[in-house]
Amino acid sequence: MSSYSVTEPSARSKSVAAVLVVLYAVITLLPLLWIISTSFKTGPDSISYPPKAIFSPTVEGYVNLFTNRTRATTEQLATMPPPANFAEEIVRKRNEVITGPSRFGERFLNSVIIGFGSTFLSIMLGTLAAYAFSRFKVPLKDDLLFFILSTRMMPPIAVAIPIFLMYRTLGLSDTHLGMILLYTGVNISLAVWLLKGFIDEIPREYEEAALIDGYTRFQAFRQVVLPQAATGIASTAIFCLIFAWNEYAFAVLLTSGNAQTAPPFIPTIIGVGGQDWPAVAAGATLFLLPVMIFTILLRKHLLRGITFGAVRK
Amino acid sequence: MAEIVIRNLRKEFGNFTAVKGSTFTIGDGEFFMLLGPSGCGKTTTLRMIAGLELPTSGEILIDGEDVSQRPASQRDIAMVFQMFALYPHMNVRKNISYPLVSQGMPRAQIQAKVAEVARILGIESILDKPVGGLSGGDRQRVALGRAIVRSPKAFMMDEPLGALDAEFREHMSLELRALHDRMGATTVYVTHDQLEAMQMGDKIVVMNHGVVEQFGTPQEIYDHPATLFVADFIGSPAMNFLRFEGGFRPGDRSVTLSGVEIAVPELHEEVAGRALVLGARPEHVTLTDAGQYRGRIEATEYLGTTQIVTLATANGTVKARIPSGQVARTGEVVGLDLTPSRLALFDAGTGRAFRTAANSGVYHG
Repeated sequence: MSSYSVTEPSARSKSVAAVLVVLYAVITLLPLLWIISTSFKTGPDSISYPPKAIFSPTVEGYVNLFTNRTRATTEQLATMPPPANFAEEIVRKRNEVITGPSRFGERFLNSVIIGFGSTFLSIMLGTLAAYAFSRFKVPLKDDLLFFILSTRMMPPIAVAIPIFLMYRTLGLSDTHLGMILLYTGVNISLAVWLLKGFIDEIPREYEEAALIDGYTRFQAFRQVVLPQAATGIASTAIFCLIFAWNEYAFAVLLTSGNAQTAPPFIPTIIGVGGQDWPAVAAGATLFLLPVMIFTILLRKHLLRGITFGAVRK
Repeated sequence: MAEIVIRNLRKEFGNFTAVKGSTFTIGDGEFFMLLGPSGCGKTTTLRMIAGLELPTSGEILIDGEDVSQRPASQRDIAMVFQMFALYPHMNVRKNISYPLVSQGMPRAQIQAKVAEVARILGIESILDKPVGGLSGGDRQRVALGRAIVRSPKAFMMDEPLGALDAEFREHMSLELRALHDRMGATTVYVTHDQLEAMQMGDKIVVMNHGVVEQFGTPQEIYDHPATLFVADFIGSPAMNFLRFEGGFRPGDRSVTLSGVEIAVPELHEEVAGRALVLGARPEHVTLTDAGQYRGRIEATEYLGTTQIVTLATANGTVKARIPSGQVARTGEVVGLDLTPSRLALFDAGTGRAFRTAANSGVYHG
């Protein structure tokens, strides 16, 4: 029999915990798996009843996602030269021909520009503001911080109509700049508050040492404070990016032709003769990737970041 | 190397006055101690000299130049922080060379300087290690290295031994003093540990509630405390205070406590009847059967070569440091002999020490 330990959980509680974690993971990952598997199904397979768990995978959904197509008769197809690439081949099997690229690539690029642009801007302004709030005597500091926080007290969409009118007047509707500013505006309060917490935890002595070592305040900030705030900056950046990347309501309202992001575009993918579910699933799968990669890259920082400051050393 | 002159230095934080008009001079090459309990303004004074706080009023002269309103980076001062404040994202070598980089020194020269400092401190083997895994002593040495590498005008040290364990403190304090003697640089050292101050300092300033209580050599401060606070703060166990009512005139050589005449150094002041305090260090109290002033032994503490005997007297509790061989039984009533030349008299109201033949030479502000 093993001896009782205060810090080490017993074998039984460990296995119970493991079962719960696995169960939770399965429940949360199931929809994700469904989307990913649908993206590799054919149109009929995707809507078959009962649903097919086992199917022969195809990249048809991805081809459809990136192309515009039209129907062609067997006679027309016979007169055409042999298919130039594998995409063409897949499409012709369904009696369709590619007429050109779809707008998905463009929309995806818009998402990248707007998502990362607003994240960068939120972090830059947020870090500077958080540093100032953390280190300097700012008049009405507490009121200002509360004011900044208060912008999060209602759902952003509640002010959709005033923003819509404002943007129309200012010419910011359907522009990348407009969307970057909007998401930055929403994220900045989160960024200031999170980053202030992180910067508060960095002892002032480091900067003071740098000041005495002959550096200016800004040099001390850049060379000593920023490297140590990296954890906080990384986790704040992930939160900001996830919001800007996934935002749907404003994107529907404010963008259409030029600056439309992927979220409002994906559900509108309509194939030849009805909703093209594999293509929608393929769009959703590809849309997941950047945030997933970004989060995995910063995972080490993120885990430290979330628990940071919870325990005072 | 530099002389630092502090004149009427004052610092207010909102309604709170941390330093209330300090004036003292730190001689060139001196190891200077700022001593006092926490919250007495010693660290604030140090930070003002370093340029991390700007004084509300007053002057700080380094080599005759008023630097009180200049930023830290322009004062050519190095500082060792209590928690060392080594840059955690840099290795030892980068930490030490960082102050030189700001001066735009060529790389080869920086390498040479760092190597020299590492040799002086005996840390050559850890130069390329990250600072995270270093022991307390090595951190201390790296912090010192970062301070001395630039050959600044003066060093500021804010309780640099405070983060070390007791055993290692002893060793580091010797190392620190040896380093100072070798470099001869003006050093201002903040501590709340009176032993550390006495052991290492050339001069000591004792502060309390933002006020400089006394300024002098360790001997002057120990032998002739200027105020009750200093007398109480310096020495362990603290000076005994025998409280009584009385007065005296210049030339008097004794005071009367509870009907017993006690010899004191020749008094130089005239004082009408008021509350007074007679101060006697425990080592200047001896126990004799013949002594007229009596006390009852309450407790004894054995300390090896000496023992501390606590006695109840008509004027309060008295502690005596006597040889451990001498017999002292609890409950016994014995006579106390106070060494006349080493006694001090204080005004119980203001806490000020009266001038006597003993302390007239070392008087203080």
